[in-house]
Amino acid sequence: MLELKDICFEKEHKKILDHINLTFDPKRFYVMTGPNGSGKSTLVKIIMGIEKPDSGQILFHGKDITHLSLDERARLGFGYAFQQPVTFKGITVFDLLKLAVNQDLDKEEAMEILMRVGITSRHYLEREVNHSLSGGELKRIEIATVLARKPLVSIFDEPEAGIDLWSFQSLIDVFQQIESTSKGMTLVISHQERILNIADQIILLEDGKIKEVGNRDKMMPLILNHSKKMEVD
Amino acid sequence: MQETDKSLLEQIGASDIETSEVYNIRKNGKCIGRKTNPYIDILSKEDGKGIDVHVKDNTLFGMVHIPVIVTESGFTESVYNDFYIGKNSNVIIIAGCGIHNDHHKNATHNGIHRFYLEENAKVKYVEKHYGEGTGSGDKILNPVTEIYMKKGSMMTMDTVQIKGVDSTNRETFAKLDDDTSLVVQEKVLTSNKQFSKTNFKVKLKGKNASTHITSRSVATDSSYQEFHSNIIGKNACYAHVECDAIIKDQGKVKAIPEVYAKHVDANLIHEAAIGKIAGEQLLKLMSLGFTEKEAEEVIIKGFLK
Ligand SMILES: Nc1ncnc2c1ncn2[C@@H]1O[C@H](COP(=O)(O)OP(=O)(O)O)[C@@H](O)[C@H]1O
Ligand SMILES: [Mg+2]
Repeated sequence: MLELKDICFEKEHKKILDHINLTFDPKRFYVMTGPNGSGKSTLVKIIMGIEKPDSGQILFHGKDITHLSLDERARLGFGYAFQQPVTFKGITVFDLLKLAVNQDLDKEEAMEILMRVGITSRHYLEREVNHSLSGGELKRIEIATVLARKPLVSIFDEPEAGIDLWSFQSLIDVFQQIESTSKGMTLVISHQERILNIADQIILLEDGKIKEVGNRDKMMPLILNHSKKMEVD
Repeated sequence: MQETDKSLLEQIGASDIETSEVYNIRKNGKCIGRKTNPYIDILSKEDGKGIDVHVKDNTLFGMVHIPVIVTESGFTESVYNDFYIGKNSNVIIIAGCGIHNDHHKNATHNGIHRFYLEENAKVKYVEKHYGEGTGSGDKILNPVTEIYMKKGSMMTMDTVQIKGVDSTNRETFAKLDDDTSLVVQEKVLTSNKQFSKTNFKVKLKGKNASTHITSRSVATDSSYQEFHSNIIGKNACYAHVECDAIIKDQGKVKAIPEVYAKHVDANLIHEAAIGKIAGEQLLKLMSLGFTEKEAEEVIIKGFLK
């Protein structure tokens, strides 16, 4: 349903993405991994339209969307949880969830969404989305804004960062639930073995290039070996 | 009441005024409605240029509405309203000024409000400013607020000026005795060529006096805003002043803080942050399907909420 064709991207004369070709199918759960700085966040920004590739094409259901803006892609059904959650002044968690679904939402429905990311107290609805919330709480709310939209293309950039152990399990549950029920595709950037373990396909990115793509039986030994090698380096 | 009057009253948060217990409505310099009760009295000043509001000692859950509307182009007035708040009383005072100007002459309202809080009195003061009308005449509001706080008293002051006022010069002065607390929240949005200047002068005289002043403002188009604060700590006291502004287009904001500690236990803090809307905030809302323009509106609405 989503195709990246020969995507190249440079910043300050530095090659950040180098001839990326990928095909994503519906009802599949993809995990992208690779060393820090390998270009993972940049690649999802290009998928979302936050960055524009220097060359290459992005196709969605066969249609060229390379020149569509971020909000146009969002309206087509793209959802994206930022690596660094964004904070606001005067916007509450409830407000943000209502903005995310862009329609009336009652408190019960909002709580149902928050429960999925392990937030169970109603008090959170009236909290402002600012740094009075912990990094982990902000991260979970960020993820909730994407779940709330039920996107066709769901992208999560390192969702595990800053999340404690207990909610980490609920996060895995969320992804497993998406995997079994969603009509769309999901792409998660992660370094977590437990998230890699539920992937249908794993993408390994290194130095802006696709090093290898495959199912977890093929990829897990490669990645474990790879990360050991990196530790030795 | 005419439709314009009703809609102006609504804009300054006084739509259901005639159901409230104590009120005074002033239109183009004349009192057009008043109601009092045994605990709260309203008296006209002898020269007709304002009112005295007396709140008896120990009055709880008092609520006073004192809206002002101006609908005559070329009308200029200065009004002196004095509030005497008795010991241990707890009242809410809702003021506001709406100007409707369809003509080319300026319409000006200068409201001078003085608050005298006796020991342990509590006041919540809410003020909304609003201007409308199709004429080229300016809508000018120059509010002056003076606050005198005796031991143990508390006051919060919320002021909002969201739309349509061409020129504002706001002066707020407060003197705080022992164990008092003054909380001010100001919200201002200017557009076109509007001008807004606000100046807070707070003297923390008493021991444990404290003040918390928050100003949130948005300057769009080619409007200009100035924020001045001058806090003097003469005792073991605490002050926190926060000026937070968003600028857009050719909007300009200047913040001039002055804090003066005259006592070793005075703790005075000033923070000012002025800048355009954070790019990340726009991106987040756009990723939820809003256009850039809609996203800006959502951010500004939240910021001034
Ligand atoms: N705005 C930018 N300007 C210059 N270099 C950037 C910018 N954003 C990212 N980079 C560089 O691009 C590379 C890939 O970054 P990123 O996509 O964040 O990697 P990852 O998410 O895999 O850690 C890094 O070398 C980073 O320094
Ligand atoms: Mg990254």
